[in-house]
Amino acid sequence: MSARMPAQHDKLKGKVQAHQLVEFDGVDFSYGANSVLRNLSIDFPRGKLVAIMGGSGSGKTTLLRLIGGQIRAQKGSVRFDGEEVSSMSHARLYAARRRMGMLFQFGALFTDLSVFENVAFPIREHLRLPEAMVRDLVLMKLHAVGLRGAHELKPAELSGGMARRVALARAIALDPQLIMYDEPFAGLDPISMAVIANLIRRLNSALGATSIVVTHDVAESFKIVDYVCFLSRGQIVAQGTPEQMRTSNEPYVRQFVEGHMDGPVRFHYPAASYDADLGLGG
Amino acid sequence: MSSAVVRGLRVVGRLTVDGVWRLGAASRFMSIVLLRSATTFRRFRLLIDEVYFAGALSLIIIIVSGLFVGLVLGLQGYETLKRYGSAEAVGTLVALSLVRELGPVVTALLFASRAGSAITAEIGIMKSTEQLSAMEMMAVDPYARVVAPMFWGGFISMPLLAAIFSAMGIFGGYLITVVVIGVDGGAFWSQMQSNVDFWDDIFNGVIKSIVFGFAVTAIAVFEGYDAPPTAEGVSHAVTRTVVTSALAVLALDFVLTAFMFTGV
Repeated sequence: MSARMPAQHDKLKGKVQAHQLVEFDGVDFSYGANSVLRNLSIDFPRGKLVAIMGGSGSGKTTLLRLIGGQIRAQKGSVRFDGEEVSSMSHARLYAARRRMGMLFQFGALFTDLSVFENVAFPIREHLRLPEAMVRDLVLMKLHAVGLRGAHELKPAELSGGMARRVALARAIALDPQLIMYDEPFAGLDPISMAVIANLIRRLNSALGATSIVVTHDVAESFKIVDYVCFLSRGQIVAQGTPEQMRTSNEPYVRQFVEGHMDGPVRFHYPAASYDADLGLGG
Repeated sequence: MSSAVVRGLRVVGRLTVDGVWRLGAASRFMSIVLLRSATTFRRFRLLIDEVYFAGALSLIIIIVSGLFVGLVLGLQGYETLKRYGSAEAVGTLVALSLVRELGPVVTALLFASRAGSAITAEIGIMKSTEQLSAMEMMAVDPYARVVAPMFWGGFISMPLLAAIFSAMGIFGGYLITVVVIGVDGGAFWSQMQSNVDFWDDIFNGVIKSIVFGFAVTAIAVFEGYDAPPTAEGVSHAVTRTVVTSALAVLALDFVLTAFMFTGV
């Protein structure tokens, strides 16, 4: 199955760039006997914000880990900016990762460092800048997420929403081409959720980056994304704009969007018949 | 009966395969750590921080334990040697026991409990809270940035701690035998000076502490990195660090002693 997003043409420094920043082509991946992605083909166009949705275990986070080269496709190819991720050397992979930012589900902030030090971490690791410039850059990133005033706090002193915003500031510290969000709305109150959603949209536009948001949250993500892809059992079952998804007749999409208890995703885990388990009947 | 034998063989086979697999994984892991250690020495600050974490923060337990071990050695040694009319040799007994054996071994066991468990817990928690993954995704190699400095910090600290332990033990022995019991101080020091050989006793003790430092710190960093990313996984990894380190230290001590002091 293939899912190709509408292309857009970009020219940079006189060189025609490929329309897609990330391309999956016939990708298979499994953890042991558990097949997670099956012949998955999907492209992520430059400058767009794409949501990947699907139930637990549908392969959403695996998709992000394949792009980041933390795991390698067992079949097919994953390309980042035209380059095959699985065949990159260690040095090439790390060079590619410098052009990526990732927001982890619970922030993954370094707990022994302050907010300031967390955001400064990638800048200090990769750029040889005077300390005054590092300070300015960090404060600018924190200002973008509204937490300049919290730069001296430790991660333990932050609320869930604030921690996620600091992690977002850290993810954009090096102005990445690609920003990946793994469940950015998980466990947040409605206000924090709206704040994070707006930040994702604004940062994507401000940085001209490509963003991939892995999420369960239909309401918030449909407000901000350009395209949505629904994954089920490692394959794409539907894709399009949020408006197209709202009106889709695909049963899986309907169940997901409307939050039905039962449907293509069954409520009951597979089991023997209820009567047999209770010892009733013949 | 035959099925019980088959089951038994199966268990032994599985344990053997698991053990060999784990040893291979640990060797591969340590090779990567050693290969990516250049950053640790280029960025000296990282190493200093880890020496502080593994070494300086273990000082209290090492100093107090060394002192008490020395006090006990002095008392026991004096009581035994007095029977043979050679109580002045107590300084030699205390010093040899400490620099050859107790200093490196007890320090390694205490080091595994204090610093080894802390190293495993820190790496394990960083893994379970995705801090190591986040580092990888920031194009920062966790082997070079986190694991290698911790390994070298522990490796360097261990012989220094063993030396401090032995020094405190000798001081404890002096306190109890010379100051409290009244053994002649001159005899205590002179007997020690003439009977403790630098190369045969002190240097071999230092080699032991270096070997134990490598073993304990390697086990600690491997267990932390290999820990399943759950609370239970980290807790089991910490337990494994302490138990495996203790067994490894005692087994290595036997092998080293056999080669160093008995001419095997």
